[in-house]
Formats: sequence, C-alpha cells, structure tokens
Amino acid sequence: MITASVIEEKLRSIVGVGHFYAATPSDRLSRVQPKLVAEPANEQEVAAVLSCANEAGLAVIPRGGGTKLAWGNPPKRADLVVSTARLNRVLEHAWADLTVTVEAGCTLQTLQEKLAEHGQRLALDGLWPKRATIGGLLSTNDSGVLRLRFGALRDLIIGVTLALANGTLASSGGKVVKNVAGYDLPKLATGALGTLGVITRVVFRLHPLPHSVRTLSFSAANAEGAQRQVLAIQDSKLAHTALQVRGESAGQILADILFEATEAGLAAQESQLRTLLRESAVQKSEKGVWSAREDLWQAAFENAAIAKLSVLPSTIAKTLRLIEEIANARKVQFQYVVQATGLGALRLDGEMSSLKAVVERVRNELESGGGSLVVLNRPSGLEALDAWGSAGHAIALMRSLKQQFDPKATLNPGRFVGGI
Amino acid sequence: MISLARMNRILEVDLPNARVVVEPGVINLDVTGRVQPHGYFYAPDPSSQSVCSIGGNVAENSGGAHCLKYGFTTTHVLGLEVVMPDGSLIHLGGKTLDTPGYDLAGVFVGSEGTLGIATKVVLRIVKRPECIRTLLAAFPSTNEAGAAVSDIIAAGMLPAAIEMMDNLAIQAAEAAVQANYPDCGGLLLVELDGPVAEVEFLMEHVGALCRKNGAWEIRVAQADAERALVWKGRKAAFAAMGRISPNYIVQDGVIPRTALPQVMSEIARLSQETGLRVANVFHAGDGNLHPLVLYNRKIPGQEQAAESLSYRILELCIAAGGSITGEHGVGEEKKMMMSKMFSEPDLDTMQLVRCAFDPLQLSNPTKVFPTPRLCGEKPGEYVPHPLESAGIAERF
Repeated sequence: MITASVIEEKLRSIVGVGHFYAATPSDRLSRVQPKLVAEPANEQEVAAVLSCANEAGLAVIPRGGGTKLAWGNPPKRADLVVSTARLNRVLEHAWADLTVTVEAGCTLQTLQEKLAEHGQRLALDGLWPKRATIGGLLSTNDSGVLRLRFGALRDLIIGVTLALANGTLASSGGKVVKNVAGYDLPKLATGALGTLGVITRVVFRLHPLPHSVRTLSFSAANAEGAQRQVLAIQDSKLAHTALQVRGESAGQILADILFEATEAGLAAQESQLRTLLRESAVQKSEKGVWSAREDLWQAAFENAAIAKLSVLPSTIAKTLRLIEEIANARKVQFQYVVQATGLGALRLDGEMSSLKAVVERVRNELESGGGSLVVLNRPSGLEALDAWGSAGHAIALMRSLKQQFDPKATLNPGRFVGGI
Repeated sequence: MISLARMNRILEVDLPNARVVVEPGVINLDVTGRVQPHGYFYAPDPSSQSVCSIGGNVAENSGGAHCLKYGFTTTHVLGLEVVMPDGSLIHLGGKTLDTPGYDLAGVFVGSEGTLGIATKVVLRIVKRPECIRTLLAAFPSTNEAGAAVSDIIAAGMLPAAIEMMDNLAIQAAEAAVQANYPDCGGLLLVELDGPVAEVEFLMEHVGALCRKNGAWEIRVAQADAERALVWKGRKAAFAAMGRISPNYIVQDGVIPRTALPQVMSEIARLSQETGLRVANVFHAGDGNLHPLVLYNRKIPGQEQAAESLSYRILELCIAAGGSITGEHGVGEEKKMMMSKMFSEPDLDTMQLVRCAFDPLQLSNPTKVFPTPRLCGEKPGEYVPHPLESAGIAERF
C-alpha cells in the first residue's frame, strides 16, 4: 500500500525540498483546506506532479495568482495545490509576427509590460493584472471592456500546452494566427477552470497599442434610455473600442465609451458621437471608469454576492429593471457594470438569505431568455449557492469530455458546471 | 454521405443584437446579401464565398482575406444546433456570450465533420465601417513587399487585409480577368477600413512605407467599383491558373510572416530543381501561403512530381514554425502530415475529444487523424474497427 509519506516523498523529489510544503489556512478555497502545496519549476515538473497525484488518487487544485480560487463551486476534495508561480516567463515575443509565447504563471501585467516594449499588447483587460496569471485568466475566461472590439480570450489564443492528469503534456494550435490543423484545444481549455488539464504555456495573437485614446461619458434618463443609446451607438459607423453602462440602487445611470485612434480619428468620432446623442450631455470622463468592474470587489466584498451576467444587448433595459424590482423587494442593494456585448458584472449587498433569493430569481429569469448568471463571489455561509446555473443538455457531452481527459476527476473535482 | 444542400434557409435575422441564425446549406455571401441593406456584413469572406456554404465554413473554420482584422469563422459562430453521431440533438453555445461550461461550439468549429453535423448555426454579423480604401503597390520582388508588410505591422497599424502575389500569379490573373496589375516581382494589396479621418491618415502612412521599401507604383482605390477591380485579380487568382497551365495543385500552408523571404527562396529553389512552376498567393497579414504548383497531367510522372513538391512545401512551412493548413483543412489528404506537425501525445489528446463526441467513430472517420484508434484503446499494434471486422466497411 502506498502511504501518504511515500507519495509526499515522491512529490518532494520532483519539485525539490524548498518547493513542497504543508498548506496553511491561507491556501483555503471556499472554506476547503488543502493539505499540501507543490511549486513545480517547469512544464515537465507540472506533468510529473500531476501524474504522481493522479495515481495516488489525490485531488489537485491548480493555482496561479490565487485571485479567483473562490470562483466556481467549492471543490468536493482538495489535497494538493499545484502552483504555477515558478512558470512565469515570457518565452518569446515574436513582435513582427504579432505573437507571444508565455508561461501560464506569468502575471498579466508582466506580460503587458514586456509586449509594450514593441508597442504591442494582449488586447484583454482582466481583473487584478498585478497578481492574476495568464493560466488563471484563461481558465476562468475573464474578459473586460476591450472584449467588444477584440473578442474574448478564445479569439486571442492561438496555441496552448496542457498538462493532463495522467502526466501527458499535449500541445495544440501553434505559433501562427491562422491554423486549422486538428482540434481547437485552446478553445476547450479556455474557461474550463483547469478541469481538463493544467495550462502550462500559451501562445497569443497580439494587437498594436493605440496611438491615442479618449474616454467620454454621458448619462441616461433611465434603463430604456441607456439601452437606446447603446444600441444606437452599436448600429452607427463609430469604431469605438469599448462601451459600458453602470449604475446602482437609486442612482444615476451613466455610460462610458472608449475610442482608440489617431488624433484626427478621435476628433471626428467625438463629433459624430455628440451628434448621435444630441439629447445627452457628453463629457470627458472621470479617471478610472474602466476599472468599474474591478471596483465592485472593493468595500467588504466578503459579504456580497458578485456575479457575471450574460444577456442579449437588446434586453439590457429589461434586465436592469428586473434586477431593480427583485432586489428592491428583498431590500438588497445592487451595483452593476454592463458592456455593450451584453456581458455584465453585478454586485448585491444584503442579508444572506435575501441574497440567495435574489440571485436565484434573477438567474431563472435570465436563463429563460437564453442568458446566464454565474456567481463569482459568495458571502461566507453561502457556499452551497450554485455558481453556474444550467449548462443545458450539452452537460452530458461535457461530462463525457471530462471523463476522457480526467477519468479519475483529479483536477478541481466538483468546481465546474453540473458537478464536474 | 449526408448532403446539407437542401437545408438552405436563413431562419432569423436579429439586427439589434447583430445575430443571424441559418441552416448549414446557406451560401456564405447570401448572409451578407441579406443584411447588407442595413449596413451589416458577415465577415469571414473566403474567395469561394459565392458558392461555399456556412456548414462547410463551420467544418473548416474558414478564413478569407479579411481574417487578420475580423477573425475566422469560429470568431463569428456563437452557437450551433448539432446532430450528434448517435442521432441525438444538442445545442452548443447560444445567442448570448459565455454560456456556462466548456466551449463546445469552439471545439466543433474546424472539426471537419468528425464530431457531428451542424443543423443550425448562430452567426455574428458586423457593421460595415464608414470607409474602406484599398491600396495596390508594385515591388521589385516579394522580399521587398514582405519588408513593407513588416514595417506596417511595426508602425502599429492593423489593416483589414494584406494580400501578396508573385509575378507568375499576376500573369495568370492578367490572362484570366485583365486585372491590369503592374507587371512586377511582388504585388501588395493593403486594405484599411474605419472612420474616414482615420483611414485617410493611415493610408498616407502605408503609402510612405511602401515607397520606403522600393514600391515603384502605388494606386489607391476608393469607390466600391474601383476597389472591386483591384480585388478582381486576387480573387480570381486560383481559377486564373487554368490560363497558364493545364493542371495545378492549390496548397495551403502557414508560416510566421517573418519567414516569408526564406520560404519563398526555398520554394523558388525547389521549383527550379523539379522544373515545375509555382505561383504564390499570400495572405501576408496572417502568413497563410497558397503555393499553386503548375503541371501537365498528360506528361507521365508530372502529377506525382507536383504532389510531392506541394508536400515538400508544407514541410518547409512546418520547419519555419508554421502550420500544414491555414484554412483548407486537413481532410484525408494531409492527415499523414499531422504527425509531422504534432507529436503522438498531442494527437492522442485531440483524439480524446473525438472519443467524447463520437465513440463509435461514425462521423467522417477517415479524416484529420493519421491512424484512427478506437476509443479507449492504447496506442500500439493496429486493431481493425468493428465495422471492418464485420466486413461492412473497408479502410483504404
């Protein structure tokens, strides 16, 4: 029989004495306490650690910056945290080809700083860029305001290397933007919360940094007015990069628009915008409007419910009215930031059972319209609140995929949709 | 074989949400045709768009000249209704973004019919930009043209399209459609779109960069009719080969853009060595190369020689860090090359996806992968498929 100490010895020999240690309360996720932490130095060590853990029947929690460990449902079991902290290098910035190869443990900010040296960027504004890693960003499919113009991570990733539970290191995609050879595993890994494999390396397509930028803000009389303005802008010839609507309980509804262009282009578009929105006052924005989503996590977020919404843009007004009605009825305070893509972030503050009721009711309404509500932050005590909602009848196929990639359910067991 | 040609209706047009739902038999260009009056278009525009179907585009993750800026089919497919190989009907993705769970729609697009059959497709449409301008520049050779492209990228510009043709391709286009291109070593087409002020400013800059790299003639087309003329030659390039050769093979490979000069000179060397002419059309923005190997089937051995040359060119692409296919897919023809591009663990891992969707391997079983394995089987000695053992199917 393999004893715990034999397994531990094996893991220690793979990553080295200084990089294998007992977990502490700071390693908890959703009130579940893992026992051990391993910090592999490279892909091969990640694969070896997984293989060993998989064979020993341990449950593995992959971790990058640890900024989103509370996302998804609590793990059914958690034995070993596998940290990607040491896989933190930008391996190759092929700037003339607009591509970069980067290890999964590199932070978003480090990557962006490196890319900026040649006037380029990964066109994605994720949460907490100083701490969040590429692997975590991908695994959670995080996206911000730039999504409107540049797409999601699935549209920016062109290659991935995954370490599977059985220790296989598999690469898919490549280093070129255009590539249809084989299956699109990068898409599969994106948003999979590490349940199919641990991302160790990624190749992204890049975009140039803009010449100049301008942010303008305007207000709406009400939710319907805001939606009308958003749809009018979307239907216009403006080439804006981002457009969002934000508000809160009993507060004004404001909208912000981002232009990235040459100075000539900026002037022309501002003028066009003013003509289009003739009934609203368009003004230069305050600083920080584009971090409105991240700001939802300030101020005692431990007791709040924070969720990601997805609706059709033509139902933004209806959605905001719905939230207002349901939240007010239960005396729950709300704040939101919704992008013109129909993706939004919602924060709810109130008494625990009221929060649960509001989340569930709003989710039901959104799902009946083909949308979704995914809980990203739960207040302590509400761990049982399902993060995901329905995955539709494709759930059987998803379980099938999980069964193929990770038959022993080693990776993040129970954290994904449908109990995967 | 199941044909989707009769399922050719556009089911729903939702302009406020910029989404269109179609059956797979709908022709690519017809989607644009339907939404054009409202100022929208369907972005993935393969040169065959007047005849190719959305279902085919989904299977191959088709691109087109404008994918540098607008992305590929997968960027514009939000959801699918799919008939699985076992006959069940499921929905992947949907009309809203980021449906919870794995990105099954993303995996399905580009799977070449090996995972099931799409019966409905939710497409994203895009608003036509305010202005589109196309610049044509003549260079002494494709090397200078390539250097101009690098300068354009380094200057932080992202054109909507950048296309390159070599002299042989230009000659063919002239013979076929009288494109009136300058007779040069390397021709560049650069298209910019966006707000008028922006495009005008950037076009000046593109022109300057072309001149800096030795362009001896530059034309800028503005009106739609002018632009269509500029594109006519490029879009007709493949078919035009018929004017200068009785037969030809279209190859499809990808290389990092920076590898173009060395790959082109290698192709020229191979062409000389084999005595077969190769015309080159290049999506310079994303490195997708279409070498057109010209030959005469009536000459004994020449067809084989042409095929062999086209595979050697693919090997060049892999050696340069590229791909064996940018948009035409792997199918049966290139499945042996998959082993040159991917390792066994890579292929085994992709196979896991196939096993989840199609454990009995009913759906296009002979496509994409070099040696089909049964699901659950470990790699090793070849084991015949149950359909083979039962004498129902044959493996060719």
